[in-house]
Amino acid sequence: MNDKRARALLPIVLAIAGGILLFNLIAFAFGQAPASALRLAFEGTWGTPYGLGQVLFKATPLLFTGLAFEVALRAGLFNIGAEGQLALASLVGALVAAKLPASLPMPIALPIVLASAAAVGALVAFIPAILRARRGVHEIITAIMVNRIVDAILPWTFSTVLGSTSLRTADIAPGAALPRLDRVVPSFAGSAASFAFPLAVVIVFAAMSALDRTRPGREIRWVGLRPEACRAEGIDVERRMLLAMLLSGALAALAVSSTALGYKGYYELGLGAGAGWSGIAVAMLGRGKAIGIVLAAIFLGTLEQAGLAVNARVPKEAMDVLEATLIVLVAVASRVASRTTGVVQSADPEPEPPCDKPAPTPASEEARS
Amino acid sequence: MSSIFSLTMLAESIRIAVPYACAAIGGVWAERAGVIQIGLEGILLTGAFTAVAVTHATHSPTLGLVAAIGAGITLSLGHGQLTERARVHAVISGIALNLLALAATRMGLRALYDSASNSPGIEAFRFGPTGATGGAMLLRVLADPVFFCALAAVAATPFVLRNTRFGLRVRAAGENPVAAASVGISVTRVRLAALAVSGAICALGGAHLAYDQQRFESGMSAGRGFIALAAVVVSGWRAGRAALACLVFGVLEALQIVLQDEVRKTAIGDLIQTLPYVATLLVLALAPRRAGAPEGLGKHAAP
Repeated sequence: MNDKRARALLPIVLAIAGGILLFNLIAFAFGQAPASALRLAFEGTWGTPYGLGQVLFKATPLLFTGLAFEVALRAGLFNIGAEGQLALASLVGALVAAKLPASLPMPIALPIVLASAAAVGALVAFIPAILRARRGVHEIITAIMVNRIVDAILPWTFSTVLGSTSLRTADIAPGAALPRLDRVVPSFAGSAASFAFPLAVVIVFAAMSALDRTRPGREIRWVGLRPEACRAEGIDVERRMLLAMLLSGALAALAVSSTALGYKGYYELGLGAGAGWSGIAVAMLGRGKAIGIVLAAIFLGTLEQAGLAVNARVPKEAMDVLEATLIVLVAVASRVASRTTGVVQSADPEPEPPCDKPAPTPASEEARS
Repeated sequence: MSSIFSLTMLAESIRIAVPYACAAIGGVWAERAGVIQIGLEGILLTGAFTAVAVTHATHSPTLGLVAAIGAGITLSLGHGQLTERARVHAVISGIALNLLALAATRMGLRALYDSASNSPGIEAFRFGPTGATGGAMLLRVLADPVFFCALAAVAATPFVLRNTRFGLRVRAAGENPVAAASVGISVTRVRLAALAVSGAICALGGAHLAYDQQRFESGMSAGRGFIALAAVVVSGWRAGRAALACLVFGVLEALQIVLQDEVRKTAIGDLIQTLPYVATLLVLALAPRRAGAPEGLGKHAAP
């Protein structure tokens, strides 16, 4: 058991070590003594309670988007549309929250806002989902198209529908706001970490356990592994794919809790942008486990906050370079680890029937390993 | 209405179609060899950035073009190494490639020009007559060396794939890698060679994009790599038809630019910008269920 766990952790450790090395190289290229940039990054994150609070704040949306990518991946689908799903859901969620009466108590207001955001997220995901399920169109192309359409809808909504020039919504009702964490942990004072973080952690664990333990959750996974076998078994493959994708969009949308509800108190254009992309890295580093997703989100949250800490000396974009590289590193490292330890990857012995998508079928497993 | 049927319109359509067509031809090369390539977007972006950075430094658009092609080949081969040798899932590698290109070009903008959004202007190729008439514009578009390279790539690809030994091997690697390996073809090497061609042609499109704007803008590829991928799918992985689809796309987008001023005044306003993406979704939704995909797409010769 211990040996198995060590083997599962090895790729992560290797990837992170490689990432730190790369960060040093980038810092060096920008004329920094490597260790000093690293120290700066550490001091700005885990070095102070404020920095730690900021790390949790940055990690919160990534918990939702990481979980969202993972849910779709279970069904063998790549939901790279979280960016658009979250953006439109944030706008609608904030608009709903702003319309609610100020006297509405939190136990009623918050679920209303979260549900409307989730519904919009699922609706945005519905386009690639239905095209994939019914027409066999690969979800990656369609999700990017939808992202770009949302990119145009947002400023249009502000300027034409709402007639506002400030590109932000009105302030949300107090009942829809999530309080800051410094209410209970005073030393986080000043940081933007809110109760969205514990909420996100609970949702990650609940959703992952539901995926493993409920019938629909397990069917989603089987569909990702062997769609043909599922079809023979009478499982409605298309329906399960649709469910996974809609769930994924809804979960990505919940990230609004940490941005508009827990931080700004309104939605403005660009709030939460980038979380959708980082969620992919979170899911890849998370290795399909709830605790993995939580740790990966905290790690990438650390990277984001560290990027701000070193920005004066090394551009914060370096952290995005690092993030993309980490996706590759962890994928390569786990491949190498599984080869050298003699774990045979599930290769498909039978020739597959011409299936209606460019990705090879057991995408869910292969992508991770 | 006369502005819609004019030489200006034709010139605009061709100019707009070039990056799409280059990316689509790049996609055909990669996927006919059996490698899923969703990283075209990243290669376009990197090609554009490299072309601008080198042109800015050397004042030679030719050197910029060569460097862009080099960068495209490097990225494409990197994707190939990951998918074919390290056996990383091609979609994951492609996503990482796109994210890496976006982040690295942003970092490059900060490092070289201390800007978060765009590079300073550059002097790109300038051939053909000056003037604002439709004929002059068309001649300028056609006399562009990057356009010429792109045209050559579009014209040569179907021929090379169909009639040469290399093209046959590429198709064999893409249709049935196991069978190809069994007759002594090194599938990995053939695929890497095809990916090098793919990266070079795709980066050409990036350079065209940048020279057209005479500068680099962060994220300037704006989904073109994915639209090109849609063109590949709709064309049934055939180079000529994919390029034609891209030209139709160029016409649509040119039309959008012509109509933009009129539409801006209506309630639709800036939503007109979504036209290329909506059109792509519609085409994908209405096109017959995909046919012509290489059978061995994403499969390997040996487990």
